[in-house]
Amino acid sequence: MPPRQGLRLISITLALSACGGPFPQSTLHPRSDFAVGIDRLFTGIFWWALAVFLLVETVLLITIIRFRHREGTPAPRATHGHTVMEIAWTLAPAVILVFVAVPTVRTIFATAGEAPADALQVDVIGHQWWWEYKYPELGIVTANEMHVPVGKPVRVSITSADVIHAFWAPALGGKRDAIPGQINRIAFRADSVGDYSGQCAEFCGASHANMRLRVLVDSGPAFRAWVERERGGPAPQAAGSLAEQGRQLFARSACIACHTVAGVSRGAIGPSLTHVGGRTTIAAGLFPNDSSHLARWIANAPALKPGSLMTRMAPPLTDADVATLVAYVQSLK
Amino acid sequence: MTHAAVPQHHTSMGLDSRKMAFWAFIGSECLLFSSLISTYLVYKGRSIVGPYPPEILNIPFTSLSTFDLLMSSLTMVLALAAVQRGDMKAGKAWLFATAFLGLLFLGGQVYEFTSFVREGLTLQTNLFGCTFYVLTGTHGAHVTVGVLWLFTLWVRALQGKLGPANALTVEIAGLYWHFVDVVWIVIFTVVYLIQ
Amino acid sequence: MSHPAAPAAPAAPAARHSDQPRGLASWLTTTDHKRIGLLYFWTALSFFLVGGLEALLIRLQLAQPDGRIVSAETYNQLFTMHGTTMVFLALMPLSASFFNYIVPLQIGARDVAFPRLNAFSYWVFLLGGVFLNASWFVGPLFHAGRLNVAPDGGWFGYVNLTERQFSPGPNIDFWVLGLQILGISSLAAGFNFIVTILNMRAPGLKMMRLPVFSWMTLVTQFLVITAFPVITVALVFLLFDRFFGTHFYLPEAGASPVLWQHLFWLFGHPEVYILILPAMGIVSEVLPTFTRKPLFGYTVVVYSGVLIGFMGWGVWSHHMFSVGLGPIADSVFSATTMLIAVPTGVKIFNWIATLWGGDIRGTTALHFAVGFIAMFIIGGLSGVSHASPPADLQQTDTYYVVAHIHYVLFGGTIFGLFAGMYYWWPKMTGRLLNEPLGKLHFWLTFIGMNLAFFPMHFIGLLGMPRRIYTYSADLGVAGLNLASTIGALLIGVSVLVFLWNILRTRRHGAIAPNDPWGGATLEWSIPSPPPVYNFSVIPTVVGRLTRWKTEFHEPMRDPPAVPPAPIHVPGGSWWPIVAALGLPVLALAPLAHALWLALLGAAIVLFGVYRWAFEPFEV
Repeated sequence: MPPRQGLRLISITLALSACGGPFPQSTLHPRSDFAVGIDRLFTGIFWWALAVFLLVETVLLITIIRFRHREGTPAPRATHGHTVMEIAWTLAPAVILVFVAVPTVRTIFATAGEAPADALQVDVIGHQWWWEYKYPELGIVTANEMHVPVGKPVRVSITSADVIHAFWAPALGGKRDAIPGQINRIAFRADSVGDYSGQCAEFCGASHANMRLRVLVDSGPAFRAWVERERGGPAPQAAGSLAEQGRQLFARSACIACHTVAGVSRGAIGPSLTHVGGRTTIAAGLFPNDSSHLARWIANAPALKPGSLMTRMAPPLTDADVATLVAYVQSLK
Repeated sequence: MTHAAVPQHHTSMGLDSRKMAFWAFIGSECLLFSSLISTYLVYKGRSIVGPYPPEILNIPFTSLSTFDLLMSSLTMVLALAAVQRGDMKAGKAWLFATAFLGLLFLGGQVYEFTSFVREGLTLQTNLFGCTFYVLTGTHGAHVTVGVLWLFTLWVRALQGKLGPANALTVEIAGLYWHFVDVVWIVIFTVVYLIQ
Repeated sequence: MSHPAAPAAPAAPAARHSDQPRGLASWLTTTDHKRIGLLYFWTALSFFLVGGLEALLIRLQLAQPDGRIVSAETYNQLFTMHGTTMVFLALMPLSASFFNYIVPLQIGARDVAFPRLNAFSYWVFLLGGVFLNASWFVGPLFHAGRLNVAPDGGWFGYVNLTERQFSPGPNIDFWVLGLQILGISSLAAGFNFIVTILNMRAPGLKMMRLPVFSWMTLVTQFLVITAFPVITVALVFLLFDRFFGTHFYLPEAGASPVLWQHLFWLFGHPEVYILILPAMGIVSEVLPTFTRKPLFGYTVVVYSGVLIGFMGWGVWSHHMFSVGLGPIADSVFSATTMLIAVPTGVKIFNWIATLWGGDIRGTTALHFAVGFIAMFIIGGLSGVSHASPPADLQQTDTYYVVAHIHYVLFGGTIFGLFAGMYYWWPKMTGRLLNEPLGKLHFWLTFIGMNLAFFPMHFIGLLGMPRRIYTYSADLGVAGLNLASTIGALLIGVSVLVFLWNILRTRRHGAIAPNDPWGGATLEWSIPSPPPVYNFSVIPTVVGRLTRWKTEFHEPMRDPPAVPPAPIHVPGGSWWPIVAALGLPVLALAPLAHALWLALLGAAIVLFGVYRWAFEPFEV
């Protein structure tokens, strides 16, 4: 990272650290070539804007102080205009804007979503209010948490199954709308292993605020291991265990109408649960994937996520039932 | 429509204010129809199911309607000329003729729409259906307003309340009528002729 | 060439200065541009308070992560109505109150070109605003299971979220129908003011002598009459999709939801210039008056306003950089957007040059005008960063944009409107607003506004999207959000100070002379408030700064206190309000699934229009 950029980053982070940090969704910590390209462009614009701001506001301030009314001030000279000045302050901003426009157009084309032929293909389908990810070349269908290998090009094709959403993981680049009937592309190469959060960035209804996502950038081996797990079937449940009871309950409940667990159910309305146990969060990035959150979510999803299509069961699940389902879900690693 | 006879004040641009307002209105209406026509063009060829334009549109019939509307613009010009020179007998006749030709056009549209519906093209059928009906329907609504306006003028003329002193109201009605005609030429060309 | 102004053969007896009509009926039938201006003002101010309340509730909800002040559904209605109310029911009509009251005075006219059409515009606005806001209370009528069914699709109503499938209730219907009603009001006023400004200027008032506020009003009205038809069509398509089963925006039929965005923003971008140009015009009036210097570069300021009007049509897709229009379209719109920054910047430099070398009297109006310049610079610069599509891909749909729009709309338009209020209050009411209270109002607003909106730049860059009813503490933006909420509360306090000033001034405000400020333009040549006929004698204008002594001319002589001959002033008319009443009745028809309501509404409109057309009414 060039020193100038680092200086700015440090100063902003320092300024903000009083208000709390770290900032997991910050646009100022780029972690991919796409994000870095944007950040460099924005940095340039920022410095130009700061310079113009300081210059013009200072002149304004000096003017209103220097020329405020004082007793005995003679009548001001009636200046109607000055052609040379008009030309100067028309041309100067135009020239500055050229310095903004040229890098802008370069970056537009550089980040237009083109990726090399051997890029990893990920299809993103936005739903109200969760994210579906398909890896067509790998035969993987998963949800909400996208895994990609570090240092390798990734091509993401984005669309929607219902209304317009927007896929946005700030550390990895800018956002693109997920539009039904249209495919938008972004391409990036992540440069650091890590866990990057993001969320939907186009108002999409009642729980737009709750449509969050994670992109996990794995090392090569970790990514291959994840792929192996995802391509395989669901983890088995020990006979007689709470999880086994949960599987049986799952298989005869309304859950199967919406959720897929490979070999058990074929629902396509909600996220695939085949390997949900291995995710770090549930409910589209809303909660950590732990027992208490799972229990509350399974018992009454709409109470936590307004408008959720995962309506409460009628009659409602007993606590015991919920416990078995929690155990089952957690076993699906 | 006639106001009580008002001698026109001096105006800064030398144009009667009502006429100027009407030109501004026509400018605005151009944007309205441009948006409708642009949408028609953007969605042309994108209907997933039929019926499609070549199967439905009846160019010979619609050419007749177009001719009818063009003729009505001629009768409108004649009506204005008559009223301006004080020949109210001719003025009444030509005003009525214009309104009547307008009614004939509307009748033609009704016939056309009902036969399209019978052949399976409704508002809900496909993109051709919704863009076609809303575009031509909006135009038809404008023609309807024009016909009402013209008949009102004709009745005022019958009542002896229309004459050279308030010929401006006929002129403005004429502006509206010619505009509606020009819009139809564009629609006819874009929808019917260029397929 | 000069003509006496009074028309021949008045039908009614001439009005005397003291003949101000009284009583409720006189207000319902008024066609006097001054009264209509006041009606616009009080109604718009009320809606401004409603929109402000909605903003406070939004900020209270966001003061902490996982807030529980309002439900998600109510929050979505709050931000939708805050935007819709502020744009259509507060800012535009507040500008309209000045168009109405001040423009005829600035051009030396007795009224606008079509006084009854003017009244019609106001009543339609009032009824449209009431229609839209009724949705807060009528949930039970729609078996909604809740009281409030206000629009909840955002002020920009993107399809296909706002289609029937995803927004089944009446909320969006209120939005579509309400906006259609309001569009009629704006269009009617647009035609009226274009003709008024072009055709009813006093002798000697050539276009390049027109006060800048009247010039900017003219450009604004051209934008209105060309932009509103586009959103009318967009709304008709959505209306038909929602009620008649068409597929204008539905992907399953091969249509594109992006069409809505194109149509909306083709309207929407000119709309933001509709919102800012009048305020820029006000600043261009206030600065010369309180610096005792002419506006620097009048010609350039006027031409750049006209240029902005034209260029504003070429930038709309900069609201759509994340839609995937492709690199060529993105580059083109980026270029046009950067280009439009040039005439905008030119105005700012001309204003500063007006202040430079002047004798600056720090009235409240001047404070707000200078505040406008300072705040608009910030809003303009964040706008430049939005003009770069790749940078915008991180900024759009986040609080960074919310910062930008509030710097230009609050720091810009609202500051400009406040400047206009303090400047023209004496002319419109006959009393001067209290200056110390005014300065307090200014500083509270200035501090509150910056505290509320500056942190939003950072909140956005740190990854908080907009239009979310809650956010996680993990984002790390809780402190900044709390600061922003405190700023919003401070703005609330500043508004209370302003209201107190208004209340106090009614009884105790200093009585205003014709010209409390030493103004250069025609409105200052007549009493405060003006007599019903405005000018006892239509003046002849001798220059841009017609009431000042300049190197080109002596000051024009103000009209005499008493008219030399009786002046005919048209009476009122019932037909504008009657015709206006038909519109909400018509709009109710789809909501109530009642064809008879549509027929009734249309009949009322037709009836009103026919009686209007044949009423003897002499301007």
